Amino acid sequence: MELICPAGTPSSFREAVEAGADAVYCGFRDETNARNFPGLNFDLSELREAVGYARARSVKTFVALNTFMTAGKEDLWYRRAHEATDAGADALIVADFGLMAYVAERLPQQRLHISVQASASSPDALFYLVENFGAARVVLPRTLTISDIARISRRVGCELEVFVFGGLCVMAEGRCSLSSYATGKSPNMNGVCSPASHVRYRQAGSDMMSELGNFTINRFSANEPTGYPTLCKGRFEIAESKTYAFEDPVSLDVMDQLDELRAAGVKALKVEGRQRGKAYISEVVSTLRATLNAAPHERAALMSRLKALSEGQQTTHGAYEKRWR
Amino acid sequence: MTSSVKLTLGPLLYLWPTARWRDFYFQVADEAPVDVVVLGETVCSKRLHFMEPEFGAVVERLEAAGKEVRLSTLALVTLDREANYQRSLAGDDTRLVEANDLSALQALKGRSHAIGPFVNVYNGAAAKVLARNGAKEICLPPELPAASIAEIARSCPDVGFELFAFGRIPLAISARCAHARSKGRTKDNCQFVCQEDPDGLPVNTISGQPFLALNGVQTVSYSCQALLDAPDETLSLGIRSLRLSPQNCDMTAVARVYRDLLDSSLGSDQAASRLHEIHPDLPLSNGFHHGRAGAEWIARLRNAEGLAR
Repeated sequence: MELICPAGTPSSFREAVEAGADAVYCGFRDETNARNFPGLNFDLSELREAVGYARARSVKTFVALNTFMTAGKEDLWYRRAHEATDAGADALIVADFGLMAYVAERLPQQRLHISVQASASSPDALFYLVENFGAARVVLPRTLTISDIARISRRVGCELEVFVFGGLCVMAEGRCSLSSYATGKSPNMNGVCSPASHVRYRQAGSDMMSELGNFTINRFSANEPTGYPTLCKGRFEIAESKTYAFEDPVSLDVMDQLDELRAAGVKALKVEGRQRGKAYISEVVSTLRATLNAAPHERAALMSRLKALSEGQQTTHGAYEKRWR
Repeated sequence: MTSSVKLTLGPLLYLWPTARWRDFYFQVADEAPVDVVVLGETVCSKRLHFMEPEFGAVVERLEAAGKEVRLSTLALVTLDREANYQRSLAGDDTRLVEANDLSALQALKGRSHAIGPFVNVYNGAAAKVLARNGAKEICLPPELPAASIAEIARSCPDVGFELFAFGRIPLAISARCAHARSKGRTKDNCQFVCQEDPDGLPVNTISGQPFLALNGVQTVSYSCQALLDAPDETLSLGIRSLRLSPQNCDMTAVARVYRDLLDSSLGSDQAASRLHEIHPDLPLSNGFHHGRAGAEWIARLRNAEGLAR
């Protein structure tokens, strides 16, 4: 199985290559990708350089064009698809039907990967993408169990990629407007979720409140670490009980299910985290690489090195496990 | 004056008991001034058996009353059972089927169909892809600002576009059932606890501010989106139909407010206050339409400035 690693900056990109990624994915510095954060991402010359660096070491580069094109401004996405292709990208990761159709028609030689944001969660959905756009690979949404994945893999011809480590969307990806309901900025339209520009921290007595737009997302007592107010990981009040209504502040880790994922027919394992610094990328990628290469009984000890890096220091199998539902 | 903008009653997103479900649609058939009724479970396949016994009777009553009935499909499909259900619906060649996910698009390929608000149509290029697949009517995602709506409609004139004009806004869907979880259950042993909340279960911030509502695996807004543009504004966006999403209130009265608005016998401000009387619990919002946070309510005067900008 291939290891697909994130890079938000050229230096993280090189770290990921050196640490053992089979492919590194990245995006342009604008709203054409779903990690459109200040200080992150690549301009065209940085992308060209990164592709060359990776190729010289037999590592592939995937370019994420995984937001939905703004009506009337489609040319920006089209131009980026051409630029990434000309720069030598090994695949484009796309979420929008309109952009898929454009790539299939105008850049037929370019390998097309379907972003998790497209929410293709059943064999029929994958058939649609393969038949209409020639999709070579689909990144599956984090709504499926491993047995669901195996069932899809037995029926469809394209490659399957799944998330194994990093941040966890609780909602079906690409189908969530929670962030824009609170802030006006969404993953689909703006490439941001719960954006820092709309985050405020406010002292309330000895507690710290975190707010997103006009809404309180969490409240931390003095002895609790103050977490970032990602909307679906917030604490809310339902019928007078205050609780993490959607998900605790956990992150995804299914590296203890490698044999099951391989048996399910998964072709590539994806790591979330283009917003992470290069030290994190280096540590995570080298550990995942070592774990992938290790014998099954050695894996847990290797992965334990990463415990301290996980958000809230707790991890989950998420939807891969039926009980999570 | 009667404008050419139609009214569509969207699928009931919540789980109501079978008899109540039936009686709701019987009343719609007999009284509500809507042109199209989209019928069928959209949120959770576990609920399908609730409407099954009365489905035929409801379709018959609606069609006898002159309503066009469309069949809704599921918004999130992961199981074989769900995929089979999508395909069996797509086999109905007497009614337009509304696709809400990619699996339905595959099943409906080459046949006339409609697109629900759960399919991501953010630009004309995407709408054209869907039109080539057979889409005749598209209800656009509630998140879209007016500027995008006008642009999409302009670039794809053969498709009838619809706006999500009334109801709590569908904001997210998950494999996990937060509704069951909030009552100490999981999706697999949910015992249909979502039935206890016919308008969704309110989620407040921990500061006590109303924010969202849970509807099984779906999360909707606490506020009720209310797009109350004058008919000429709606027409100038290229919109041919407004969607009213059923809430736990007198939907016939809601439909009359929108019909009167579209017939210019009611102004936007009056329409807003009538809606408030009909469902006093739900604050109104229209922020998405104005490119703002979806929870916001932009008053008419600001609204006019926003359109002018």
